[in-house]
Amino acid sequence: MVLSERWLKRGVFLLCLAPLGWLLALALLGELGANPIETIIRFLGDWALRLLLLTLAATPLRLLTGWGWPVRLRRLLGLFSFFYAVLHLLAYAVLDQFFDWAAIWEDILERPFITTGMLAWLLLLALAVTSNQASQRRLGRNWKRLHRLIYPAAILAAVHFALMVKADLREPLIYGAILTVLLGLRLIRRRPPARQGVQNP
Amino acid sequence: MIIKHAADILPSEITSETVYRERRRFLGAALAAGGALLLPNAAPAALPRRFDKLPLSRYSANEPLNSYKDITTYNNFYELGTGKSDPARNAGSLRTDPWSVTVDGEVEKPGTYTLEDLIKPHALEERIYRLRCVEAWSMVIPWVGFPLGDLIKRFQPTSRAKYVAFTTLHDPEQLPGQRRNVLQWPYVEGLRMDEAMHPLTILAVGLYGEVLPGQNGAPLRLVVPWKYGFKSIKSIVRISLTEQMPPTAWNRAAPHEYGFYANVNPAVDHPRWSQKRERRLGELRKRETLPFNGYGEYVASLYSGMDLSKWY
Repeated sequence: MVLSERWLKRGVFLLCLAPLGWLLALALLGELGANPIETIIRFLGDWALRLLLLTLAATPLRLLTGWGWPVRLRRLLGLFSFFYAVLHLLAYAVLDQFFDWAAIWEDILERPFITTGMLAWLLLLALAVTSNQASQRRLGRNWKRLHRLIYPAAILAAVHFALMVKADLREPLIYGAILTVLLGLRLIRRRPPARQGVQNP
Repeated sequence: MIIKHAADILPSEITSETVYRERRRFLGAALAAGGALLLPNAAPAALPRRFDKLPLSRYSANEPLNSYKDITTYNNFYELGTGKSDPARNAGSLRTDPWSVTVDGEVEKPGTYTLEDLIKPHALEERIYRLRCVEAWSMVIPWVGFPLGDLIKRFQPTSRAKYVAFTTLHDPEQLPGQRRNVLQWPYVEGLRMDEAMHPLTILAVGLYGEVLPGQNGAPLRLVVPWKYGFKSIKSIVRISLTEQMPPTAWNRAAPHEYGFYANVNPAVDHPRWSQKRERRLGELRKRETLPFNGYGEYVASLYSGMDLSKWY
């Protein structure tokens, strides 16, 4: 069991790197399209959001199936979501704005889609730096409360996507619907008193 | 009158030799492909697939062109899909032959014409224009077209004609993007009469010396180089002269984001994007956006006395 879990984590680790590999392959083949910088930023943002939703799927999956392994993958998935969010932000700051801090600051203050994206990123940062076991021990009960920030982070990330779109909201609404289901399943389970030992951050 | 713009610019300065060669090579291939396409059906095409010996307009920009591939694979044409590469993929469903255009409203001689008849009296020319999208990217495109004003004059506008309204084809079979109400269909656009009559405003039927591909608004589109790209309506079926300011598609969808005028203006930001700078596709660093997309010397006077932050 321990052995298979180690291999599961390794496999998921590699799977999480696959999108980045795909992006690098597209770049090397010159297949990023007429606006490569835009393609890179969107691609990285898409995967940050997808992995965030996968992270949030772990708890409902355990509640529905009783399986233990999804929850043990949760930290890995969450950290990979943050990894893509970091690359997403770097691509914006370096490739798109080329370290133009004044322009970046103006974007953060004046463009709601950048404001929400930045807030989501800061929340994920707080979760990522406290994701180790030492922080978990040090923060005790507060750790769980802190890590509930993943809910507003995911909502902000989905809103960030929706606000960026000009007219065709289909894609962000699909992400929003998935997020609603994932959060809704928790509320349904919460109403009856939670079974002993089952907490669902 | 002394016209001094064109004479002192050599064509080789406008189109580098590599670009020229690329273009010739491309045209050769395109011609072969076009021929192959034409063989199975015997009906003659409405327009030649390739336009020969086009004079270069004196209004042409002296800047490196974007590649044919960039221009034809990165499009905002929501009728053919909302992703940038969707229009190129979906353009096959748009049938541009036969095509007819209605000119009506405040004109002495309204009527409906086939595309060939509509453009026959006009001498086509190559116009290399900068295109600035409201999304803060830009391209340099060699259009083939003729001044809209010349066409409007033929229909003899009445004294009540104050605006020109344009309508895109509405046919969800040919334009599958119209099956979803992303915008209110059909797409409509408009210009003030003096903007429409301005010599920079053209109707385009081709690009890179070739007939327009569907994703670029075949077979007939507007090009207004000092305005954001969404003003340059594609696949036009109707041109109406009106007394009232006509509705425009993006203004109707989000009035606080898109105005009727939509002049390129680095001083007035869009709520989602700063308009101070733009990315010229193919360049790494952003460049400063110029007022009226660099055409201010020709068009700024049209708006003298107007508060352009109010009339965005």
